[in-house]
Amino acid sequence: MKAPISWLKDYVDINVDMKKLAHLVTISGSKVEAIDDLGKSIDKVVVGRIVSMEPHPDADRLKITQVDVGKEVIQIVTGAPNVSTGDYIPVALVGAQLPGGVIKETKLRGVESYGMMCSIEELNLTHDYLPDAPKDGVYIFNNEPELGMDVKEVLGLEPVIEFEITSNRPDCFSIVGLARETAVTLGTDFKKPEITVKEEGEGKASDFVSVSIRNSELCSRYAARTVTDVNIQPSPEWMQRRLAAAGMRPINNIVDITNYVMLEMGQPMHAFDLKCVDGGNIIVRSAQDGETITTLDGQKRKLDSSMLVIADENKPVAIAGIMGGANSEVTSESKMILLESATFNGTSVRLTSKKVGIRSEASNRFEKGLDSENVIKALDRCAQLIEQLGAGRVIPGIVDCYPVKPEPVKVQINDVEINRLLGTNIDKEWMFELFEKLEFEVDRDSMMLTIPTFRPDVRVMADLAEEVARFYDYNNIKPTLLSGATSTIGKKNHNQKMEDLIAQLMLSLGLFETYSFSFTSPKVWDRMRLPEEHILRDAVVITNPLGEDFSIMRTTTIPEMLGIIKTNYNRKVEEGGFFEISYVYKPIKEQLLPEERKVLTIGLYGNVDFYYLKGIVEQLFAQMNITNADYSPEKNHPSYHPGRCARVSLGNTDIGYIGEIHPEVASNFECPKRTYIAVLDISHMIENSNMVKEYSGLPKYPAIGRDIALIVDEGVLVKDIEAVIKQRGGKILEQIKLFDVYKGEQVPEGMKSVAYTLTFRSMDRTLVDEEVNKTMSKILHGLKTNLNATLRE
Amino acid sequence: MKEQLQAIANEALAKLEHVEDMKSLEEIRILFLGKKGKLTSILKGMGSLSAEERPVVGQMVNDVRKQLEEKIQNTRSELIRKEQEKNIAQEAIDVTMPGTILRTGKKHPLTQVLDEIKEVFIGMGYEIAEGPEVELDYYNFEALNIPKNHPARDTQDSFYINENVVLRSQTSPVQIRVMEKQKPPIKIICPGRVYRSDPVDATHSPIFHQVEGLVVDKGVTMGDLIGTLQVFAKNLFGEETDIRLRPHHFQFTEPSAEVDVSCWTCGGKGCRVCKNEGWIEILGAGMVHPKVLETCGIDPKVYSGFAFGLGVERTAMGRFNIDDMRLLYENDIRFLKQF
Ligand SMILES: [Zn+2]
Repeated sequence: MKAPISWLKDYVDINVDMKKLAHLVTISGSKVEAIDDLGKSIDKVVVGRIVSMEPHPDADRLKITQVDVGKEVIQIVTGAPNVSTGDYIPVALVGAQLPGGVIKETKLRGVESYGMMCSIEELNLTHDYLPDAPKDGVYIFNNEPELGMDVKEVLGLEPVIEFEITSNRPDCFSIVGLARETAVTLGTDFKKPEITVKEEGEGKASDFVSVSIRNSELCSRYAARTVTDVNIQPSPEWMQRRLAAAGMRPINNIVDITNYVMLEMGQPMHAFDLKCVDGGNIIVRSAQDGETITTLDGQKRKLDSSMLVIADENKPVAIAGIMGGANSEVTSESKMILLESATFNGTSVRLTSKKVGIRSEASNRFEKGLDSENVIKALDRCAQLIEQLGAGRVIPGIVDCYPVKPEPVKVQINDVEINRLLGTNIDKEWMFELFEKLEFEVDRDSMMLTIPTFRPDVRVMADLAEEVARFYDYNNIKPTLLSGATSTIGKKNHNQKMEDLIAQLMLSLGLFETYSFSFTSPKVWDRMRLPEEHILRDAVVITNPLGEDFSIMRTTTIPEMLGIIKTNYNRKVEEGGFFEISYVYKPIKEQLLPEERKVLTIGLYGNVDFYYLKGIVEQLFAQMNITNADYSPEKNHPSYHPGRCARVSLGNTDIGYIGEIHPEVASNFECPKRTYIAVLDISHMIENSNMVKEYSGLPKYPAIGRDIALIVDEGVLVKDIEAVIKQRGGKILEQIKLFDVYKGEQVPEGMKSVAYTLTFRSMDRTLVDEEVNKTMSKILHGLKTNLNATLRE
Repeated sequence: MKEQLQAIANEALAKLEHVEDMKSLEEIRILFLGKKGKLTSILKGMGSLSAEERPVVGQMVNDVRKQLEEKIQNTRSELIRKEQEKNIAQEAIDVTMPGTILRTGKKHPLTQVLDEIKEVFIGMGYEIAEGPEVELDYYNFEALNIPKNHPARDTQDSFYINENVVLRSQTSPVQIRVMEKQKPPIKIICPGRVYRSDPVDATHSPIFHQVEGLVVDKGVTMGDLIGTLQVFAKNLFGEETDIRLRPHHFQFTEPSAEVDVSCWTCGGKGCRVCKNEGWIEILGAGMVHPKVLETCGIDPKVYSGFAFGLGVERTAMGRFNIDDMRLLYENDIRFLKQF
């Protein structure tokens, strides 16, 4: 809400400068967004009149003018094409301060010039503020202001304060409301508008109009006045300036007056051409499905039964609280008008405004819920201005339909409780006086406050506490540190600590942490090669997404990790390793909320291979003390290379996959051919980790090592060989270390050589060779019978 | 014989003076002290001496041997030292060449800021609470005193899954879930991902992170809220940081405030970062609305509480001088490396 300072000053005495004012009202709750100080950088620019004009002897495009600036006549050489003798124009005198710099005495092609004629751009103004200014050229006053007068005064240039109004304070969406807040803040007088109407028209309003409200739930009050002998003219300059400064375009006197009253009083008004309201009968009713109206902006709007309209006997003439109809617009032909001042249901206006796609200054105010008690005051203010401006003759009387009159709201004030909540020691009488200034009725004996009708935000004790606190100044409340509260111990829980451990390990293994969106596009399923019925395609769908790319919640993090790799790869980053701890979302049948599972995603590309990724995962499990990990070849995950993917399980639970991304998927996502991704479920990892640590004695007796090289079918998994070794090795087998896998010369076709170092040790004695030999032959026998493995010679 | 011994000693010492390597040192040793060496042969010739002379000469031979052995030992040490010096000289490397490239990762800047925030509040006795991102409308709005069709819903346009399920637009629903389950004292922070229907640009993202805090107990005051936020701001932005509260409106707190911190760049004098205001808004806060407490089964006549919330992205951007929010979600490694 933009408030020109002079307008505010009509209703409140301001005894501080702009900066101080902005600070004080911000601290008391009316936040100042900006101060637009029109004319701030302009000085010594006055009204001048061009007395004479001659061509320049040495330049075709320049003219030599004599300009009367009041005290004297000065010579100005100008190139402006749009001025002529007799024009009143803004003149920057020698020494004048303009946004573009200081004006100096100068010579143009040998002729002296003692000033400059100004365009509105040179005065730092816009066409919004002066719509009649030429697009290009010197501004010409359309009246004859006093010569030598400061243009700031003539143009009404003044500071405009822009307030941020919160949704709970519809009363502050008005100059009067802001003036009230300002007065209480500054401790100066709030000067309520003095409204009197002469009513010089003939007859009475009810002779010309009737009002009936068919839906009082959506319209609690509708009041109308009528005006005759309407004389449509531009509104006076002062009004145009104020409207423009407040951000509204001046149109004509009647429309401007309604807008002016809305800005001033916070009550939107509307004027109908009375002859277009059939029978003069205003009917406030729900629209019929399929009904249409062409609004003032020329658009045809479809209505439905959820919307409230203002209608006559035959047709809707306005969408209630949102915009008038073109069919009843006030024009230069209008002779009699009907002025509307009404209270519509905020929610209804808000929903209708959304549906029809119009947000107007009026709807913006109605949405927040307006005060029905303000309706007549605003209507009278409107009538008063019409009389003052000679825009018409107001017919006596008001047709006021007020089916739902609200009960006054009373709240008991308890100064002790307020002080207890705030941690303050504010005097009771100080509170009473504050509430009186805020126009609450205060009964000191019963400690009962009657809430003004314009304050729907105040209903309970906490609301009173806020009123007290904001004028006491929040920053005057003494900071304390929960002196009265129970002491607590702050800590992370086990899962949170484990997640920290996981992240820490990933970082120490060289991976960069990433943050990706949890939305994704259903298009990624095809790019991931997921078949039609694949379970990952079953996702939580957003009904109002920001486009298809963000339309479902991800069921897997693979696409986002591929996206991150693509970004870096495309930007010529040679290699990269990433990890992210984030959620995937799985819809659960017959359950409102999906299951959210936290997963660890690892992504690698560059000088790495499958085993590099697996090494990371193994390190992770080692640090978490997970001892039951199992990796089995996974040929059926559609997004992974069928020969380079492992399903990871802990005990009997599958917790994810690690592997090389399928080359087709890598190419679909514009990733390098060798891209590695692991996705592992975090809570399963935590469940299987054992962080209870216990020391076991260091070995006291020497170990015996044996190297073996086995020839096996190339399809035999190392995992299976090791299972046999482990099983046959018994208690004295301490470690199995794979050191070579070889295919090629000296190994028969279709076979491979697998070489191990086995370490044997006993915890309670020194092993002798014979014992180890016996175990070795058991192992070799087991390998022979189970896997047909032979010792390589 | 004495002269002969002296001559041998002198010869040996002279030779040792010019030894250049281990091999010639060994040759000299063998020449004089070896089994067939010159000194040994003298000992062999001792048989011709008288019984009186023998111990004297024996003593002299031993003295010479000892002298030579010592000299040889010293020469050997000297040679080893020289050899080592030579080796060391040869082993000189260019220490200005770059080190071996080891892979090390970096925490995302958002995590860094989140971790700092968590640390401050854990230090003040808070626990960390988490909750679902896909949330019931009830928890995200209704229980927070924002009924259906309330205009406050417009200011945080939300993504809906259906009429009753929404992507949480704030982490406040976690507070409600905690209050429903746990009796006061409650002292938690709720960090997490939230969703609002803002298209992606330099200062907006439909997904961002918040940390909200909640304290409910007997006798909690607005002074406690202010004191807590002061400690927080000083810890996060530096000891000189000031805070300023401005009245504001939130549905779930009353009184409500927006909280500014003195500009971390200019300290409050006014600069480009704070748009010349000296203050930067980072928090929303207030005393928990009695209706919200009641909804959660906590008696507002007995208990009071405060709540606050801040955006992690904006804090991180301010902290690290990041001018475009999109960078945080792009994950360009050259960006991530900088933190
Ligand atoms: Zn600054």
